[in-house]
Amino acid sequence: MAFINSIRNSYQVELEEIRDAGLFKQERYIHSPQGAEIEVEFPVGSKPRRCINICSNNYLGLSSHPEVIAAAHAGLDSRGYGMSSVRFICGTQDIHRELENQLTEFLGTEDTLLFPSCMDANCGFFEACLNDQDVMIADRLVHASIVDGMRLCKAMQDTFKHSDMGHLEEKLQEHMDKRRRIILTDGVFSMDGDMAKLDRIADLAEKYDAMVFLDDSHATGFIGKTGRGTHEHCGVLGQIDVITTTLGKAMGGASGGCVSGRRELVEMCRQHARPYLFSNSVPPVIVAAAIKVLELITRTTERRDKLEWNAKYWRGLLKNAGFDIKEGESPIVPVMLYDAKLAQDFARDLFSEGVYAVGFFFPVVPKGQARIRTQLSAAHEKAHLDSAIEAFRKVGEKYGILGLGKKELIARCAP
Amino acid sequence: MDELSQVICDYVRREYLEEDDEREIAEDTRLISGGIVDSFSMVSLKRFLEKKYQIQIPDAAATPDAFDTVRSIVALVHQFQKVSAHA
Repeated sequence: MAFINSIRNSYQVELEEIRDAGLFKQERYIHSPQGAEIEVEFPVGSKPRRCINICSNNYLGLSSHPEVIAAAHAGLDSRGYGMSSVRFICGTQDIHRELENQLTEFLGTEDTLLFPSCMDANCGFFEACLNDQDVMIADRLVHASIVDGMRLCKAMQDTFKHSDMGHLEEKLQEHMDKRRRIILTDGVFSMDGDMAKLDRIADLAEKYDAMVFLDDSHATGFIGKTGRGTHEHCGVLGQIDVITTTLGKAMGGASGGCVSGRRELVEMCRQHARPYLFSNSVPPVIVAAAIKVLELITRTTERRDKLEWNAKYWRGLLKNAGFDIKEGESPIVPVMLYDAKLAQDFARDLFSEGVYAVGFFFPVVPKGQARIRTQLSAAHEKAHLDSAIEAFRKVGEKYGILGLGKKELIARCAP
Repeated sequence: MDELSQVICDYVRREYLEEDDEREIAEDTRLISGGIVDSFSMVSLKRFLEKKYQIQIPDAAATPDAFDTVRSIVALVHQFQKVSAHA
């Protein structure tokens, strides 16, 4: 049946409600490669303008790196454009195996399986490895893709208060009657930028015979002294049963993801994970570029070191300017505004001052927790950050929010 | 507040709020639409009620609307207590 008017009208009403609630998201068009500076067309139809990008996942500045691009070209030439197949039919090349082996070594695990994205890895893992005799106990702030993956699985679901080890222990005790227990956490939480207490989670997992699942998408490549991830940072390399991560952030920024961990869990995914069985193989061009990225980041830690310095410097600048930010060590630094409209207006005005950032509000973050999520990159130079803070300061002064704490910021925007 | 309402309020406070959270949980406080409990975490409340009151709440009845206030949760528990009694 065609998309009849009554159905169309009903969706238009829903979309209008999103606009009226101030929650409508709009894309902006970028006319350049990804980088510390980009050219942005906003509003639509206007001449693109150059601005400092402070909201990408391009943590190591490799998304447009010449060596990565050259490796991608070489991959296209030697292994073609697309596989036109899922992995298990005729979609696995030697370079897929090579990349999986290299990721296994880098992450310190037993085996690795590529997926089209980490979203697919998260959606596929739980259903492939658990059933109704088991329980999944997730931190309440895990990424949306983990929530989706849990919903696809018949295992019991439970949650614990964010990073609350006491609450996690209560849940583990409650579920000792289950066949298998698995604790689910992000390594670096994507909206707040804080880090999981992975060492304590690993201890609890050992105490209560539980597995540990870690989504390290916002950590792989740069957290830990050699960039292996949150497990390296927390001193628990080799103790995490399954790690999922993405190639779409620090590791080149194109797409692709993986499940990496205990040999048997990875093999279960190879046998049963639906995104692996039914979705196309990661393109050779991405595999080739990812192999180069791994070579670059294992050759030297200078990029992750620079990123660490940038993050510390930027936090200091924001605090000195009087912004309310979430504490942490990662390169994700949320500037808390709490009100969705303020977050949107702030982002719009930042753009006028030459800084590109986006307001985050419900449903991306909980209601009343709107923010500008700033993210640092190794591609940022000190001059970028010095310029950016001037823009933030100017806009902050315009809205009268500098020096205000959480309660005052919330009260400022209360109806 | 009746005993069942109080039990639910106490559970919500203990399970979902941080110790320093000053928000009041009253019978008509919007739990899910108010952002206190997300629908993902709601499962533990459902399991708690089923265990404590020896009832079964079908997944189809465990909607965000049904769990949005203490008052609506009380109604849900009563509904399935009657179902259990007649079974």
